[in-house]
Amino acid sequence: MMHTDYPVEAGDFTRAGEASADIKRRLRQLGVSTELLRRVAVASYELELNIVIHSVGGQLSLEVDSQCVRLSSSDRGPGIVDVAQAMREGYSTANDEARSMGFGAGMGLPNMRRNADVFTIDSVPGRGTDIQMLFELA
Amino acid sequence: MRISELITLLDARVLAEGNKADITCGYSCDLLSLVMGRGREGMAWVTVQTHLNVIAVASLGEMACVILPEGIVMEPPILDKAREEGITVLSSPKTAFAICGLMHQQGIPPA
Ligand SMILES: Nc1ncnc2c1ncn2[C@@H]1O[C@H](COP(=O)(O)OP(=O)(O)OP(=O)(O)O)[C@@H](O)[C@H]1O
Ligand SMILES: [Mg+2]
Repeated sequence: MMHTDYPVEAGDFTRAGEASADIKRRLRQLGVSTELLRRVAVASYELELNIVIHSVGGQLSLEVDSQCVRLSSSDRGPGIVDVAQAMREGYSTANDEARSMGFGAGMGLPNMRRNADVFTIDSVPGRGTDIQMLFELA
Repeated sequence: MRISELITLLDARVLAEGNKADITCGYSCDLLSLVMGRGREGMAWVTVQTHLNVIAVASLGEMACVILPEGIVMEPPILDKAREEGITVLSSPKTAFAICGLMHQQGIPPA
């Protein structure tokens, strides 16, 4: 029904959040409920910022059909060596610049998993990270 | 509580005027992912962070206002973005501790 891709640049803090804002705007236009809108917004923001902060660049995708909202990302590296460790609340490798801006709580991936109905992450060190989330339309 | 009452309560200066009139709850934190996880419609968020992503987090979370403690201010381009997104930005001479205490005393619930 709808499919939009958003390129996300590494390290670009001035544009960070713009893809998430557009995703929210589109879903609101489709009449998605406020509560679901909030959950998708949290997840897409965390997804987008992780690409900005931790990857060398990638993209977000939004797909919507009559059943669900599908939010996915793929980046070009560096990938995550220990995914279980990365998923733990409080674990972060964010650098000093990101931390000084208030990133690096190690809550982004846990926030995604908590807000999505289905969450999957695949990462290959040296290749990149793919994340997929599904949100059921009530 | 209405934002107009909050302004008086906190001796605050309005740096940017948004489009929500009422506060539903309050929260204070400078780590954006914790704030993102707590964000609620109409929330008043106390933080010392002043960069562009503060406005993105407030807007994505449908918050009503950002309150900067200890007279901290934001740069004009950040305030322009706040107006565009309908987020009120206040600057209070009080500490974050005092701001939260006053808001709590007035019955504003935690997020
Ligand atoms: N796209 C990615 N590429 C490479 N590493 C990643 C990626 N996303 C997450 N990580 C790794 O997983 C860790 C945990 O991510 P998470 O989003 O939970 O926390 P954070 O981004 O460090 O801090 P926060 O999201 O709370 O600001 C990161 O610190 C990083 O090491
Ligand atoms: Mg993160």
